[in-house]
Amino acid sequence: MTRYFTEDHEWIEVEGDLGTVGITDYAQGQLGDITFVELPETGASVTKGDSVSVVDSVKAASDVYTPVSGTIAEANDALADEPELVNTDAEVGGWLFRVTLSNASELESLMDADAYKAYVESL
Amino acid sequence: MSEYPTNDDDQAEDIGPMLLPLDAWHREKGGRMVEFAGYMMPVQYEGIMAEHLWTRESAGLFDVSHMGQIYLTGGDLEAAVEAALPIDLSTLKTGSVRYSLLLDENGGILDDLMVTRWETGFYLVVNGATKWDDIGTLRELLPDEVTLNHLDENALLALQGPKAFAALERHVGGETPLSALTFMKGASFKLGGVDVWISRSGYTGEDGFEISIPGESAAQIAELLCGEPEVKPIGLGARDSLRLEAGLPLYGHDMTPEADPVSAGLVFGINKRRRSEGGFPGAAHVQDVLAEGPARKRIGLTLEGRMAAREGAKVFSGDQEVGVVTSGGFSPSLQHPIAMAYVDAAHAADGSALEIEMRGKRLPATAAPMPFVPHRYYR
Repeated sequence: MTRYFTEDHEWIEVEGDLGTVGITDYAQGQLGDITFVELPETGASVTKGDSVSVVDSVKAASDVYTPVSGTIAEANDALADEPELVNTDAEVGGWLFRVTLSNASELESLMDADAYKAYVESL
Repeated sequence: MSEYPTNDDDQAEDIGPMLLPLDAWHREKGGRMVEFAGYMMPVQYEGIMAEHLWTRESAGLFDVSHMGQIYLTGGDLEAAVEAALPIDLSTLKTGSVRYSLLLDENGGILDDLMVTRWETGFYLVVNGATKWDDIGTLRELLPDEVTLNHLDENALLALQGPKAFAALERHVGGETPLSALTFMKGASFKLGGVDVWISRSGYTGEDGFEISIPGESAAQIAELLCGEPEVKPIGLGARDSLRLEAGLPLYGHDMTPEADPVSAGLVFGINKRRRSEGGFPGAAHVQDVLAEGPARKRIGLTLEGRMAAREGAKVFSGDQEVGVVTSGGFSPSLQHPIAMAYVDAAHAADGSALEIEMRGKRLPATAAPMPFVPHRYYR
């Protein structure tokens, strides 16, 4: 399994042609208390860079963009009752959705963990 | 991810943000600083939700030094201030605080403000984002004989919450006991050896105090108060969610020059005698709206579920667009979303079933009386 990151602070972990997407721990810290997560519908066809999910905090609503194109395979239903999982467990239990990749080469433009760490430190 | 515009997007002057007396103190306390009303201000420390709930159950210290503090003296002051503001000064005793409005010639709201009668003049507190314009407007409205002092060397702290009194009382001295202050009353005190003005007022719906102090003493006083076990520093984020729950409008969002005081539900800011007598800017228009009733009204809305309605979202009754959300968010105390909106008067009654359009979805919303969370003022 390999994990990639975007400049918009999403992470995607890929196993075979299935990618699990969430927002990074840095991102949840910036957003603060998350009160609601709007999730994509299973089966929806998405294109890299589409806004497919919205994370609501007390302060504001923030778009989450899919890092890859494909089809939404699953959404994290646990977030309906426990949106705060995105705060407490952003990079594991607070995942947002899974996407079946249609073009794995899109991953090449993403950052690895070290590159993302350096990117965050530069902000 | 990218953030939608938020409530803290007030535009600064081109010169960049200025620093307030407590800037270093906020950073030392872990405050996350953002630009607001031309200043760097703490939006949060440990988190908006925790800070909000702490204020409701204990006491929070807010730095509101960005707000404008103005002192008016000289000339025929009573008549001059009554010509500028729709206030009845004949019923405002020394040390009493009153909510008032700065209106334009059409009755549009330029700002809301607090007016306190001091022994020698009037002390005004106006919004930070509008203070420079307010000073210009007041200077135009007031005769030259009236001196307008901008007390820009002063900081302003708000200590809010059910335990604010206990925490503050330990440190105040002076001729007046702190317990003598009821809601919207103020007096001079010694606080940590510093001469301060304290009023029992605030913007959270809780009992609490606003404390005007010399800027150079601000850090000392903030440290003193936050040394009390009941008190934590609270940022702008929780200030906004607290005032929304309390049903208190935010200037630039829930009231603007496009809104008159009647539509905004702020008729209490125009004192009774002035409603009939007039003689303040925009009086004729305000009297017309009072007589005929407003075309639209500021109302509260409660939402089901957890998805919040945000400023700018359209309000519908069936297929008909009937209004717009001016403030909205998730209520930490109530654990569901709440909002303020301007809607057509026909749909403004409590209990009206409406819908709010957010990101292509229609969220059911019910017109609800405000405050959403009961006020707990000490009267």
